[in-house]
Amino acid sequence: MKKSPGNYLQLFKSTFLLSAFTFGGGYVIIPLMKKTFVDELGWLEEEEMLNIAAMAQSSPGAMAVNAAVLVGWRLLGLSGALISILGTVLPPLIILTVISLFYDAFRTNVVVSAVLKGMMAGVSAVIFDVVITMAGGVIERKKLLPLLMLAGAFVAHYVLHVNVVFIILFCGTLGALITLHDRKTGQEHI
Amino acid sequence: MIYLQLFLSFFQIGLFSFGGGMAAMPLIQNQVVDIHGWLTLTEFTDLITISEMTPGPIAINSATFVGTHIAGLPGALISTVGCVLPSTVFVSMLAWLYRKYRELAVIQGALAGLRPTIVALILSAGLSILVLTIWGPDGFSWGIQSVDPVAVLLFVTGLFVLRKFKPNPILVMVGSGVIGGACYLLLP
Repeated sequence: MKKSPGNYLQLFKSTFLLSAFTFGGGYVIIPLMKKTFVDELGWLEEEEMLNIAAMAQSSPGAMAVNAAVLVGWRLLGLSGALISILGTVLPPLIILTVISLFYDAFRTNVVVSAVLKGMMAGVSAVIFDVVITMAGGVIERKKLLPLLMLAGAFVAHYVLHVNVVFIILFCGTLGALITLHDRKTGQEHI
Repeated sequence: MIYLQLFLSFFQIGLFSFGGGMAAMPLIQNQVVDIHGWLTLTEFTDLITISEMTPGPIAINSATFVGTHIAGLPGALISTVGCVLPSTVFVSMLAWLYRKYRELAVIQGALAGLRPTIVALILSAGLSILVLTIWGPDGFSWGIQSVDPVAVLLFVTGLFVLRKFKPNPILVMVGSGVIGGACYLLLP
């Protein structure tokens, strides 16, 4: 694609708007990105978008940022990637900066703190809803090893207070080794 | 040096949060509440509530919130850069490898191993928030008088509504904020 100011501006505008209107984060951003970059602008093929989604999902960090990096890179190289990151990061940066300022000023207000206390129960419910759905996905596959890893990781973190990073590194390495072993022997443990 | 600490903390959060959405939550809690004490558990829960109600990924929202809270706007910017940097480098490398190999068994295997782990870690972080909600900052205890009945009722109702009707989560949070807020203000 041509590295013209117009294209950079369009890329910035698109990523900024996508980020500003994506509530709930994560997977929601992919269909919206497809709509913008494949259907409306015609800058990417549908299959490219699917590859980008797969890679964004396989990398650490926020999926919206990862996808933006890949789209920007693919369209306009390194400078495109930087513009996309900027467009994606600016909306939450601006919104949360404003909220933080209000938060520090208002947290001690009686009404605000009562409402936030009520909201804690709501956000607990939202987290447990996510956990139930995700755990359901693990249980459905009826494999012993993932269930053991789920239980083990929970005990390690909640009861034994093992650092999260160690748990993630350990389980990630274990998963990779078992998958490689399974591919050689034609088994499926995970 | 506070800026360096913020940068390193959010760099780790960005580097180790696999799985999207709430996967970053346990890591943020670990760095921000447990290790550095930048936020109390209550403030952290407020942050998760705010993140769920505003656009943008939890990690970026947290970087801005914590950064502003601890070191003003420069703090917010440095935390955000720290948070974005590792995944930017990683995803670029992956894109390059992907073109060469197409299918990367090691990465797929690592992700398969992480899926149940992420569930466990979100559950663990969620449980500490639930204990705070129901029993308060002093933590779990057996006595029935230490339980907050309003919080229990709101949690059970909220979870039931979410499972049964699958509404937008924002509605559940606003609903429990309004009803809970009214109860806490009006009930003796």
